[in-house]
Amino acid sequence: MSTVAALGPLRSQAPQKQNFVAQFERVDKNYGPVRALADFNFEVRAGELVSLLGPNGAGKTTVIKLLLGLAKPSAGHLSVFGGDPASTDTHTRVGAMLQVGRVPETLRVGEHVDLFSTYYPNPLSIAETLAIAGLEQLRERKFGDLSGGQKQRVLFALAVCGNPDLLFLDEPTVGLDVEARHLLWQEIRNLLQRGKTVVLTTHYLEEADALADRIVVINKGSIIAEGTPAEIKSRTAGKKIRCVTQLEVSAVRNLPEVLDVQRDRDATIIHTSQPEHVLRQLFQLDLEVSELEVSSAGLEEAFLALTSDSADAEISSRNRKSLSAH
Amino acid sequence: MATSSTVMAPLSLRRPNLITICAKEAKYEFLKNLRYPMYSVSTVVFPLMFYVLFGLVMGKQMIGHVPTTVYLIPSYGTFGVMGASLFGTAAGLASDRGLGWLQVKRASPMPAFAYFVAKIVMSLIFCTIVVLALLAMGYAFGGVHLPAMITAKLALTLVAGSLPFCAMGLAMGYFATPNAAPAFINLFYLPMSFCSGLWLPFMFLPHFIQRIAVVLPSYHLSQLALDVVGAGQGHPASEHWQALAGFTLICMGIAWAGHQRDQKANG
Repeated sequence: MSTVAALGPLRSQAPQKQNFVAQFERVDKNYGPVRALADFNFEVRAGELVSLLGPNGAGKTTVIKLLLGLAKPSAGHLSVFGGDPASTDTHTRVGAMLQVGRVPETLRVGEHVDLFSTYYPNPLSIAETLAIAGLEQLRERKFGDLSGGQKQRVLFALAVCGNPDLLFLDEPTVGLDVEARHLLWQEIRNLLQRGKTVVLTTHYLEEADALADRIVVINKGSIIAEGTPAEIKSRTAGKKIRCVTQLEVSAVRNLPEVLDVQRDRDATIIHTSQPEHVLRQLFQLDLEVSELEVSSAGLEEAFLALTSDSADAEISSRNRKSLSAH
Repeated sequence: MATSSTVMAPLSLRRPNLITICAKEAKYEFLKNLRYPMYSVSTVVFPLMFYVLFGLVMGKQMIGHVPTTVYLIPSYGTFGVMGASLFGTAAGLASDRGLGWLQVKRASPMPAFAYFVAKIVMSLIFCTIVVLALLAMGYAFGGVHLPAMITAKLALTLVAGSLPFCAMGLAMGYFATPNAAPAFINLFYLPMSFCSGLWLPFMFLPHFIQRIAVVLPSYHLSQLALDVVGAGQGHPASEHWQALAGFTLICMGIAWAGHQRDQKANG
């Protein structure tokens, strides 16, 4: 026992604050009468990839803007690297990939990267940045002559060219085909391996599932759920039954323990937390049910469940029931 | 993981040289516009074209006591530097603001003034090109023979006098939308040019327009340039410079107000 103590204090005893790259403390953000963020408490931990998920208008873009110093909080305190997010010193450690309507079209890819690299004290070489973004062949091509996916990769290059410690990626794989998306995911994983911290917003729940250490679900300016992808999925302990049945959607929806029913061409998809119960009734009501598949609810279902108000009430009432059962 | 970003440690960050950043920013702003014919060709070709049509083709005449080919260099020179400055600053700023590019720049470590310095330097370079092109045309085909000192003074006056129009362009850029910008600019540019005597020489303009001209910066700049070749209306140069300085301050105030309005809208 004493030899363990002789190794020195455990790292976990270090104060929590040391590991926060960015921190929101009770932040409010109002745009006139609109409450974009309310009493928002959020941290970004060093070395993690945290994904912000939420429907449109949830406040994800507001969070990113505040973290980049493009907007100021109406109340509360916010810090990035322990300091003002808007200062140039902070920006030299940050890279951002934002959604843009227009990028100067007559400049070449290499020139864009050269210019942005100049802003940083210790940038990567242009060749290295282009390699990371898969743009080596396109160095001399003008931005206006690129395809949509290639343009996205240039924006990614501009985010990483300064070798920043903290990266903001706002919907980074929009417009990319499957192969390009997976290549970009690999590059993001490489960045994490090099010790970078990444804040990702995405609508592709598959992407959050694949990349995030931690998912933060936002709706209407507040955090409604937070956890690893597995934890978020387990929040709605639901299953999905997919089958081909002659039963009408409305009839299936009325079955007990059925949460939701959708049609996907000729298949019917049933969401339930009691699949065995539903299946027994299904077999009784339709002797010719076929193409049966039972699977776990994915992140998509968990997300939809979390962000719909009725589901919130249902979950909280179910929680109350399970608590009282203990 | 131990060596991952040291968060709270105050590193002595070596910041890149501000001059290097401004120089690169200006270099790429220039290349960007050079490769955009709607700007680069229009800026140089239109004043040259007017000079050729009204100066060379119309034959040897006098305007006042100065040959036409000499008179038209200061007046189309003013027209040219005005266009180069207004379209160089206003259109780019309106577009960058409206379509999100300015936000990307603001999120980066680029110091804010580098953006504006680059636009102004780029405009100055194009102003110089326009003025030199007009002078070359006049010397080569218009039989213009001005002493070297006068030529230099004329060129310097026109280029330096373009700065108030850079300020005007920035003011406009903060209030124009990307698609409307060119039309918005022309709405000011063309009437101002006419009423300042840049097309029809000042002395031929109706009296009520001549009286309006006093509030127009283009009138003051063209008078300063015409004075250099001895064709001005005879007012003291200091009056014109003061008017230009006052106009520049007003435009900078409007630009500042536009900047504040943007900050409020974005948060």
